[in-house]
Amino acid sequence: MHVPDGFFTVPMSLATGAVAASGVAYCLRRARDELDDRMAPLAGLVAAFVFAVQMLNFPVGAGTSGHLLGGALAAILVGPYTGVLCIAVVVTVQALFFADGGLTALGVNICLMGLVTVLAGYGIFRAVGKLVPRNRTGVVIASFVGAMLSVPLSALAFTGLYAIGGTSSIDPVTVAAAMGGVHVVIGLGEGAITALTVSTVLAVRPDLVYGARSLIGPSTLRTASGELVSARPAEGAHRAAPRLRPFLVGGTAAAVVLAGLVSFYASANPDGLERVAADFGFLSQAQDHPLGNSAFADYSIKGVDDERLSVGLAGALGVGISLAVGAAVTWSLRRRARRRSGAATIAEPLTPES
Amino acid sequence: MAAGQSHHLYLHADTPVHRLPPQCKLLSLIAFVLIVVATDPERFWAFALYLVLLGVVAVAARVPLRLLLRRMVVEVPFVIFAAALPFLSEGERMTVLGLSMSADGLLDAWNIVAKATLGVIASILLAATTEPRTLLLGAQRLRLPHLLVQIAAFMLRYVEVILDEMRRMRIARESRAFVARDIRHLPVVARSAGALFIRSYERGERVHLAMLSRGYTGTMPVIQDVRGSAAQWALAATLPAAAITILIGGLL
Repeated sequence: MHVPDGFFTVPMSLATGAVAASGVAYCLRRARDELDDRMAPLAGLVAAFVFAVQMLNFPVGAGTSGHLLGGALAAILVGPYTGVLCIAVVVTVQALFFADGGLTALGVNICLMGLVTVLAGYGIFRAVGKLVPRNRTGVVIASFVGAMLSVPLSALAFTGLYAIGGTSSIDPVTVAAAMGGVHVVIGLGEGAITALTVSTVLAVRPDLVYGARSLIGPSTLRTASGELVSARPAEGAHRAAPRLRPFLVGGTAAAVVLAGLVSFYASANPDGLERVAADFGFLSQAQDHPLGNSAFADYSIKGVDDERLSVGLAGALGVGISLAVGAAVTWSLRRRARRRSGAATIAEPLTPES
Repeated sequence: MAAGQSHHLYLHADTPVHRLPPQCKLLSLIAFVLIVVATDPERFWAFALYLVLLGVVAVAARVPLRLLLRRMVVEVPFVIFAAALPFLSEGERMTVLGLSMSADGLLDAWNIVAKATLGVIASILLAATTEPRTLLLGAQRLRLPHLLVQIAAFMLRYVEVILDEMRRMRIARESRAFVARDIRHLPVVARSAGALFIRSYERGERVHLAMLSRGYTGTMPVIQDVRGSAAQWALAATLPAAAITILIGGLL
């Protein structure tokens, strides 16, 4: 999965580098709130764990073995912000010291393995966690689904980036098909090993699983007379679950920047599908799309004369519209759920230790 | 992935390349790789000259060829991907050695292999001539967030310990006649991973407490000054300067 130099054009490398840097900077701030001065040693050790676990081969069958990517696992165990930091550090160390993954592709690698895998994995984990029963089994099922889907999603993101800013003219559909099939299988392995690892940690130290914090009830003490008293929750022991809003805002910004900036540069070349069409000579016969006269037809905006600028704007607007539709659906679903459940759960305020 | 011994990556020697401050080497390397990536793949001779430049650095740093070749194994998966490109790409077909392949795809494959190889060689040279610890000091001087540098420092310090722990677990499993052979053995391997996480996390907590008792306030003291002199910056700049001369020379 480590992309070397030469896969992506320079503008693409710089754009993804900027997205990766701002994502990591944001996670740095949020993670510091979570862990304060324990941050460096703990995140460092977890990063070392992720590095080690990536070397742990597990058998797939027929003599082949795969290894864990660990993004979703890190997010579920230590939280999404710290998880992103751990993966970003692992990827950077691998590029600098092991020549594994190119330096100019560092932005791409951090985006794909850090941001996409961790955020998609954790997002799906949380979403599935709402549907399954709130117990250990539920957490394990949610980790399986989250980790399983995070791998093909990351491969899909690679295909998307490659179609926009890759150096080769290969048809994105071919890449998607080739990457998708393999990564669905890898994702199954990733999901299985992540779920089993999470279930092991849950059995021994359930307090260490960030994604299962809501399961831990207050400790109870048995007094000398034999009666059970619930203990006062330890200060700062229960970290508040991260709110979703920062993720949405950050993700939206990243998507808009990527789509806008990158399609601005990419529009110099025709897109892969159009190219196939031209090669096979059926572009001239192509019927115009029913939306052919709409403002965004062929991904450019009427009234904006500079072609590249208009394509860039159209890319950004396209992302905006899809997000708006998605947000509207989510919002209406949430409203309905809230009305049904009556009281919303209140997240405990964040109290840093010491 | 390469072997886990980060200290084995460093090749102890005392050459001008080794003596350069780490931040100079880092910036020089990044500039060089960016220039390589920006080069038009059809200018074959430019890539040959870049390779010569890296060869000069390798000779100056006394990095043996055998070590370079051994560490270049990491790029094998992507070379395989590149080898598939000529057959998957569309465009003008041509026949090479009786196989029909796309001319564009062939160029793309060359593009990836050439640039990835140069990038890998450059990174290996950096790792072989710079101690991991000093490289992190250099990154800190380049204004990387110090928390991120600290996380990386802790990771490099403890990755050996964690890998050793994993090795001991494997030996324990194997001494009980267990070898993971097929998918039904996954739970055992996963349980090891879970135990490894708990041990790593608990070690992190112990390390933090030990550091607090030694007066840790959230930042690490810098005891080694790695400031670069103008002469050293100039020396480090020769590599990207030569590369950009090649790039511009080709455009004229």
